[in-house]
Amino acid sequence: MTDLDEYGRRARAWLEANASDLSPEPDLRTARAFMAKLYDAGYSGITWPAEYGGQGLSAAEERAFQQASRGFTLPIGVFGIGFGMCGPTLVSIGTEEQKRRYVRPLLRGEEIWCQMFSEPGAGSDVASLQTRAVRDGDAWVVNGQKVWTSVAKQADFGLLIARTDVDVPKHRGITMFIVDMHDPGVTVRPLRDMSGESHFNEIFLDDVRIPADRVVGEVNGGWSAAVTTLLHERVSIGMGATRTERPASFGPLAAAARERGTLGDPAVRDQLVELYIRERALDLFNARLAQELKAGIQPGARGSVSKLLLADLMLHGADVATEILGPDSAAHGEGDRQDDLIARTLAMAPGMALGGGTNEIMRNIIGDRVLGLPREPQVDRTVPFRDLKVGTQAKEAGA
Amino acid sequence: MRLIPTEEQRELGASVRAFLAETAPMARVRAVAESDEAYDARVWERMAGELGLAGLAIPEAHGGSGAGHGEVAAVMEELGAALTPSPFLASAVLAANVLLAAEQAGDEEAAKDLLPGIAAGTTVATFAVPVKGDPVTRARESDGAYTLTGTVRRVLNGAEADVILVASVLTDEVAEEGLGPLAVFAVDASAAGVARTPLTTLDLTRPQARVELADAPARLVTTSGDALARTLDLSAVALAAGQLGGLRRCLDTIVEYAKLRVQFGRFVGSFQGVKHRLADMHCTLEQAESVVRYAVWAADESPDELPVAAALAQSYLGRAFFQVAKDHLLLHGGIGFTWEHDAHLYYKRAKGDELLLGPPRDHRARLAERLDLIV
Ligand SMILES: Cc1cc2nc3c(=O)[nH]c(=O)nc-3n(C[C@H](O)[C@H](O)[C@H](O)COP(=O)(O)OP(=O)(O)OC[C@H]3O[C@@H](n4cnc5c(N)ncnc54)[C@H](O)[C@@H]3O)c2cc1C
Repeated sequence: MTDLDEYGRRARAWLEANASDLSPEPDLRTARAFMAKLYDAGYSGITWPAEYGGQGLSAAEERAFQQASRGFTLPIGVFGIGFGMCGPTLVSIGTEEQKRRYVRPLLRGEEIWCQMFSEPGAGSDVASLQTRAVRDGDAWVVNGQKVWTSVAKQADFGLLIARTDVDVPKHRGITMFIVDMHDPGVTVRPLRDMSGESHFNEIFLDDVRIPADRVVGEVNGGWSAAVTTLLHERVSIGMGATRTERPASFGPLAAAARERGTLGDPAVRDQLVELYIRERALDLFNARLAQELKAGIQPGARGSVSKLLLADLMLHGADVATEILGPDSAAHGEGDRQDDLIARTLAMAPGMALGGGTNEIMRNIIGDRVLGLPREPQVDRTVPFRDLKVGTQAKEAGA
Repeated sequence: MRLIPTEEQRELGASVRAFLAETAPMARVRAVAESDEAYDARVWERMAGELGLAGLAIPEAHGGSGAGHGEVAAVMEELGAALTPSPFLASAVLAANVLLAAEQAGDEEAAKDLLPGIAAGTTVATFAVPVKGDPVTRARESDGAYTLTGTVRRVLNGAEADVILVASVLTDEVAEEGLGPLAVFAVDASAAGVARTPLTTLDLTRPQARVELADAPARLVTTSGDALARTLDLSAVALAAGQLGGLRRCLDTIVEYAKLRVQFGRFVGSFQGVKHRLADMHCTLEQAESVVRYAVWAADESPDELPVAAALAQSYLGRAFFQVAKDHLLLHGGIGFTWEHDAHLYYKRAKGDELLLGPPRDHRARLAERLDLIV
């Protein structure tokens, strides 16, 4: 048995003892308590630098842990933004003090993070954001509105990008900040999404004072900081996909077809085969990316491939799942757990193709940065932000 | 599980690429494809001699260099990218795999006799891969000697090969129309009772022939069903590596073109209609490569996983290569439809490869079976 097998075996034993009976979305206290236990057992932040509270191990151990955790439903959803995006951004470009202050509590689930990028007028084109940050003594004063912010309701901190200079082109006048979500100027309002639940929020920022030492990266260097976050986001969304077994995936659906006696139908069988092929192809690509990372090859914008394929797979899987289960997945009674899960999966599926950048934006990124194709003509790269037509600014200016 | 090639495999690929660029550039590929020659004998001689490719996967005891399936895949990728007409797949992969699998199953005689010639490149052998729905030849035994009768509809390099390996039904083991266990036989192509007719192939770079056998003398290679099954899986994996090479070349070519061609005052690659299609093709490439690396790893290291991995590889690569080849042709515009442009050669290779071991539905059916979906 190799060390890695041994590592995976121990992880599995730990999970069996500690994670056998967890609901995927428990109350916050239970989720935090689980994260603390996970951290104390050495399974949170496996690849993160040891000096800031991580385990300092390689992607191979991370992968071994992920494999061990298959079949378990870990209540880690609420920490996803912190682990996948905010934390890695701080580790990459945060100051020494920031890393020492924020990383360990993040990994232990003591502090939850959110990411405040999108605005009503700035989504795909997030660099056209209008939230303003103005310097006042040793602090910045922030005013504006953010939207679609996942887990903001539960969050203790958030990474914010705001405009700090309107006289330069849009990409050059943005700065990234750490915001204390408990600040009195921060108002969080849950938004109900298409699943009927509230996974994201809108946020109003009114004269929020942020100490100058909470700038992440350079003042007016927020765009490159945001790109760092978004690269991590895509890799993390794409590669995190296989962490838990999805209801609309090959295993449970093949079992359901067998149980319901539809496996003999060649059409059903072929749908299952197609799903298997797509799942394996993406799994294997993610595994290859992880091996390359370990060998020192950075995934860079190829994380977008993973994210795009996952978004497609989730839409496809949910769609095909309803076909395999039939009308019951659209109309079911109280106790029909699988049908209910599939119906909810169908209602959640579009989120992956929108959040973290839409499929069109992923294709732009793959074309531009992976294949090196010529960019589209851009009118907004050289014009000072104050003269630019963006989001709702143009209308307001005219009104 | 290993999903990235080793340093040695990368180097092998690079040296084959350099060799093919020098000896078999596209102009040469076309000249051979349009001639009566199946392949360039001088190039094959050098591939076998200087590069030792004919015996790559054949153990040293039989005159080869005993490399693994990872190395074979590295070569297949390059040959697939360059479209080189060559008996490498038929002889050094398909036929060699049958004989090696037979040897593993305890049937050593034919392997001992035939492998050294194949390894040296002096014998060109081929294996008529059985495809579902095709007629099966029948073998008759008398006094310990076998003869084969029947038609093999398509044999890769069948007109040029010196030795043809055929999967055949032993007539005394089955009822009249039954499909009993297949056994593999070796037929000397120059023997009496062997008639070969070259076929009109869609893919001009991969000639095939119909082989008619009328009481043709044959020697038994193996009766092991496991040996045959393993051979079919290994063939699927090797072909998939070739498909990956072709797919990557198609994408590289069209990406370069999209960076050069200007319409409406812009590079066509800057239009989203084009860019997004190329991005999707890249996604296909990333997954295709991952699937192939996995199947190759299973072939070398994990025999238990091979049956599923091989069926997965053909199920994915067949469609993937053809779709990318098709889109790469279309995105060239009118020039892509001309005889002089190479796009159609890849388009036809992709279709030929997709069907070579049976159509995608056969591989998907095999996959369904191996995933235990057949009730
Ligand atoms: C579930 C979910 C969670 C989210 N969580 C967060 C979060 O935590 N933090 C956060 O900051 N944001 C979050 N978002 C916001 C998300 O990042 C944006 O919704 C997304 O970037 C799209 O922006 P938009 O909604 O303004 O759509 P728009 O940008 O207005 O897009 C409208 C349509 O135009 C297309 N389009 C736009 N530009 C182009 C282009 N250049 N080329 C081709 N097509 C284009 C889009 O693809 C889309 O189809 C979340 C969204 C969802 C759905």
